[in-house]
Amino acid sequence: MLRLEPRSTQSFAAAWLSPVMALVLTAITGGVIFLAMGKDPSTALYIYFIEPLTTTSGLSEVAVKAGPLILIGVGLSFGFRAGVWNIGAEGQYIAGAIVGGGLAVYFYESESTLLLPAMLVFGMLGGMAWAAVPALLKTRFNANEILVSLMLVYVAELLLVHLVQGPWRNPQGWGFPGTRMFPDVAIMPLLFSGKRAHLGTLITLAVPFIAWFILAQTRFGFTVRVFGSAPLAARHAGVHGHRIIWHSLLIGGGLAGLAGVIEATSTIGQLMPNISPGYGFTAIIVAFLGRLHPVGVLLAGIAIAVTYIGGEGAQISAGLPKAVTGLFQGIILFYLLAFDLFTRYKIILPSRRTAAQ
Amino acid sequence: MTEQGLLSLTGICKSFPGCLANDNIDLDVAAGEIHALLGENGAGKSTLVKIIYGVLRPDRGDVRWQGEVTRIENPAQARTLGIGMVFQHFSLFEAMTTLENIALALPPEDPEALRVRLQETASAYGLALQPDRHVYDLSMGERQRIEIVRCLLQDPQLLILDEPTSVLTPQETEILFETLHTLAQEDRAILYISHKLEEVRSLCDRATILRGGRRVDDCLPAQETARSLAEKMIGKKVQQVSRLSPIDSGSSVHLAVSGLNIHSDLAHGIDLTDISLEVRAGEVLGIAGIAGNGQIELMGALSGETGSPLAGSISILGTNANQLNPTVRRSLGAVFVPEERIGHAAVADMTLVDNSYLTGDTRLNFSRRGLIDWPAVARYTQNVVQNFDVRTTGVDALASSLSGGNLQKFIVGREILQEPSLLVVSQPTWGVDAGAAAAIHEEIQRLVSTGVAVLMISQDLDEVFLLSHRIAVISQGTLSTAKPIDEITPEDIGLLMGVRHEALPEADHATA
Repeated sequence: MLRLEPRSTQSFAAAWLSPVMALVLTAITGGVIFLAMGKDPSTALYIYFIEPLTTTSGLSEVAVKAGPLILIGVGLSFGFRAGVWNIGAEGQYIAGAIVGGGLAVYFYESESTLLLPAMLVFGMLGGMAWAAVPALLKTRFNANEILVSLMLVYVAELLLVHLVQGPWRNPQGWGFPGTRMFPDVAIMPLLFSGKRAHLGTLITLAVPFIAWFILAQTRFGFTVRVFGSAPLAARHAGVHGHRIIWHSLLIGGGLAGLAGVIEATSTIGQLMPNISPGYGFTAIIVAFLGRLHPVGVLLAGIAIAVTYIGGEGAQISAGLPKAVTGLFQGIILFYLLAFDLFTRYKIILPSRRTAAQ
Repeated sequence: MTEQGLLSLTGICKSFPGCLANDNIDLDVAAGEIHALLGENGAGKSTLVKIIYGVLRPDRGDVRWQGEVTRIENPAQARTLGIGMVFQHFSLFEAMTTLENIALALPPEDPEALRVRLQETASAYGLALQPDRHVYDLSMGERQRIEIVRCLLQDPQLLILDEPTSVLTPQETEILFETLHTLAQEDRAILYISHKLEEVRSLCDRATILRGGRRVDDCLPAQETARSLAEKMIGKKVQQVSRLSPIDSGSSVHLAVSGLNIHSDLAHGIDLTDISLEVRAGEVLGIAGIAGNGQIELMGALSGETGSPLAGSISILGTNANQLNPTVRRSLGAVFVPEERIGHAAVADMTLVDNSYLTGDTRLNFSRRGLIDWPAVARYTQNVVQNFDVRTTGVDALASSLSGGNLQKFIVGREILQEPSLLVVSQPTWGVDAGAAAAIHEEIQRLVSTGVAVLMISQDLDEVFLLSHRIAVISQGTLSTAKPIDEITPEDIGLLMGVRHEALPEADHATA
């Protein structure tokens, strides 16, 4: 039998090497899968991982795709560090899109430049409100936040479908589910003409660095770190656990909500049933791939975004199925968890033990 | 008394990741002797006995049992050979009776026959046991007797006891010692693991001393002094701690607790009932007691980490602190050292600098415009490391990389350098090496001599007598009246350990 033995020391380098190794092995495994599907692995891998990064429009697409992943991932990493397991960022993302986007639905003829900033604020508040439910139930009744936040995802999805098919449906939409198109003042300005990268992309790039600063330099950030690894020590330091639960869920919800409303005001321009290709769930992978470190999440968000864009490219030019994207994300997480195991444990082979005796 | 070697170990080596727990250890135990295995925490005692009992296997070396080389694969085989062991932490089912617990460990047997055997064995060795009582009702001493009788029923030639007196009152300890002498007279061998020197001197025929995983000496404890044994154990001269500083009787009260009732929020916690105490400036109040009698709850109540009192009051430097959180209590002038070092007093995977900030922020104000002034925290940490002789690779070392003694010196130093008016400390030297313990005792005395009030909760009676001006005993969530040190003896304390200190109705545990 193989045995696992805890390592006496854990290397900092190994902790950061494991996501890199996970990406490398994912590429190799992907190559094998492409081969089995009768595709030329080097071409397919090139389309998948390299091509998106070779053109400015590809880079712009990666940035647009990475935005929501990074925003949500940074928010989740606060909670995950504190040991608060918010799995429902998808719901908070949708709630943010609904509340922020709702403003544009009601003021669809507005020409005020204040509309967009107001939507961003409302989007954050919407996400926070959605995350407040698990926070309240957790602190009041000790209800499991994993279940509550996850179930609220489905509530948010159904609420969105109800709104865009019912009260908020576009009267000129020929019956399709979806709201009116947002007015121009409610659309994120583009950074470069002809590319989809927008102002929200810049916000996304700033957030990880702000989060890093908060974690490293403020008492609040310190208490989040302590609470996650030693709740009793946090209490010893005078930190109330309930406050950390509230704060980390509100941050996670607020950033997910912000991501939702940015998505609605940029690439989509309206509310419709499918405003998220599962960003809220993929961001969980992003958070862990980034080692729950804000700057790591930034890099991980970009890496995962490449798999989305590469997946689209592979569908078009190599005729690969759409499911390959999800497959790659699953393989990355699998390898990451495996490497994490090896950074914490070493394997004792049976042959080595008998030889020693 | 040393006739023929019953058990003989030669060249035993055992390593764990990052540590050589046993390094070429030889040990001979003869029939009919009480043999001490003496050493500090981490000296390799537990590893060695686990090898003898078949829990661990040695990397190298021979185990000879009755003259023959034997491989002991598991505890069941050890028991078959005639080796019994009583662990420091008991393995009893609380919801079952004494008889049921014993029956579980033995081959199937008629319960009535077993009852007769149990009572015969128990009375033969003076171990009072009531077969039909449930374990949750029993004291630690009674539980230990179940474990011992359970071993004796299997007629062992060698009985191993791991730190058996750490959970006993002085009276219970005496009963245990008598039993052990009886067993030795029957030509059974006893391997007695301890770090308590006086105990080893009075009880044991021979002692093997381990230090840092090696056997450093064999000696006859009766011919040694406690001091010479300690020096062998820690490998250097032991400093004698100076005597108590006198207290000024008119000095002000820094901590006053009166009529305190607290409902424990722990799963098997102890509710505190009608606790009253007072600690004056320049005074150490020692609170003795066996673990699990409300010490954790008392510490939590004083530091403000656990729920607010149902009745009574806690007053810190004249301010009612009932509803105050730990941060506010610190700003009043109190500092706290809880019992558990890792995970409570310190965060294992954070650096010493982080750990200084953990409790130091309130009194030392490490914030500058809302941000943490990390260079200031690092300077403070450096100060603690230097003044308290903390052996570490640097202030950025992880707390988990320090030995128990060094981490405890760091924690105590971190609190003392905050210049408190009141120090509340629980088990200040639990599980630390003798050198660090002496250093910590000295620092506490120095602190007290500057007029700071100290409340010390400790299971170590030697420590309580060494440092305290007055002593009270905590038992079943109640506290005895504190007595000046010259009016109380260890025997008095033993008597106070087993009883509730007020004839109060039983607290209702159903909601716990």
